[in-house]
Amino acid sequence: MIEIEHLTVRFGPSIAVRDVSLTVRDGESFGLVGESGSGKSTLLRSIMNLNRDWDGRIAINGLDAHATPRKRLAREIQMVFQDPYASLHPRYVVGEQIAEPMRINRMADIERRTVELLELIGLGAKFRFRFPHELSGGQRQRVSIARALALEPKILLLDEPTSALDVSIQAEILNLLNRLRGELGLTFVIVSHDLAVISYMCDRLAVMRNAELVETLTREALRARDIRSDYTRALVAAS
Amino acid sequence: MSSLVDIDNLRVSFRQDDGSFTEAVRGVSLSLGREKLGIVGESGSGKSLTGRALLGVLPPYARMSVERMSFDGLDLTSATPRVRRALRGGRMGMILQDPKFSLNPVMQVGRQIVEAIRIGDRRISGAAARKRALAMLEAVQIREPERVFGLYPHELSGGMGQRVMIAMMLVREPDLLVADEPTSALDVTVRTQVLSILDELVTRRGMGLILISHDLNLVSRFCDRVLVMYAGHVVEDLQASHLHQATHPYTRGLLACLPSIDGPLTPLPTLNRDAGWAAS
Repeated sequence: MIEIEHLTVRFGPSIAVRDVSLTVRDGESFGLVGESGSGKSTLLRSIMNLNRDWDGRIAINGLDAHATPRKRLAREIQMVFQDPYASLHPRYVVGEQIAEPMRINRMADIERRTVELLELIGLGAKFRFRFPHELSGGQRQRVSIARALALEPKILLLDEPTSALDVSIQAEILNLLNRLRGELGLTFVIVSHDLAVISYMCDRLAVMRNAELVETLTREALRARDIRSDYTRALVAAS
Repeated sequence: MSSLVDIDNLRVSFRQDDGSFTEAVRGVSLSLGREKLGIVGESGSGKSLTGRALLGVLPPYARMSVERMSFDGLDLTSATPRVRRALRGGRMGMILQDPKFSLNPVMQVGRQIVEAIRIGDRRISGAAARKRALAMLEAVQIREPERVFGLYPHELSGGMGQRVMIAMMLVREPDLLVADEPTSALDVTVRTQVLSILDELVTRRGMGLILISHDLNLVSRFCDRVLVMYAGHVVEDLQASHLHQATHPYTRGLLACLPSIDGPLTPLPTLNRDAGWAAS
């Protein structure tokens, strides 16, 4: 569970997130939509403590995000980034990428776990010794997901997980994510500019604009067009 | 001959490590009038290379062969590099996907637009060129053109950078515009604006537009005609309004795997690729 209360993020004089409060429940898939610059990625990065400079309160499964050591937090929550080309180490083979977080955390049975993870995300053990440049975009995103799952977190933050991929590959990755959520009982927070993806993937969603939360609505409300703000209505019309 | 562009049997190949050549574009033929033609396909389908071959900006190590390629009655296969260079920018424009790599990072964006204007019209005064650049920035919905004129590319957001590039291409009012994923870096609301700017130019100036995109829905809404490419071939050529009646299994597969706001929540159908599609 993620609880955010009055979160404000400033970068110098500009405000990237202004007084945002929201709760993501256990086992839920929660979507964040908005234009570029609306603060949705900053919000994710603040939850992960990738930028530490924020005011307000964030609690992840009851742990205070500012006060908890990063290593402890990493076992609760992990992030998958937009660009699988940029988020994998170019000179590590796939097996090492996935094993590294487990090694840092001194987990047991790293080899076996790596193979299990590769099978879980549909690549298989034979991919262990490949470099990222030998993989397609979709395969790389699968590796990023396996790495994020290595520490058995309960929550995954997904920042535009499919926007760098072709639509046919997007379908495969979305199906994979849904299967993993069911099998592992994960909680998702998905950032996307694509309302169709959010409507397909998420039980509830929040719309952001100019650093502020415009509204929060359920999938049913979105589909019934039970929308309060004109901005959300414009977004639906444009997609 | 009424068509603006005619391409017959275009092939582009690249040399492999072992010396053999693999074909990335395998016999594409198309003709374009003063209309909006969409080319859709996945990465690696050869859609961008087709656009680049038409402009004459393939990488030097690419090998190209074509039976016929003409632009407004001019035979491009026999045109000298000098002639082709004169066509580019003035009569044929290209908008690339990523403003980060396509704008000069050490030059104010306004000056880059002015540069484009002055290459086309060497006698225009500095003040007049500046005025035209500002008007163009305004035409692509940039709110404070005076301020944006003086900014450097790194100071722009993706959407703004893309609009600056579009302004730079449109300011010369070309007859043909090849837009390679012009809106994929943009938000949906800005996307609509940018497309309507392009649409207005096609209608008002009788420009021909080739819109290269992976977004089937966008292309079907915006273009008149759509070519679907797969593995270097055109597998389907249809009226955009009839896209949803496509017959080729690849096109149907692409349409089916898109989620929609009101679509079912069952697993998305994925594409089963048939080796036969690439052979046709």
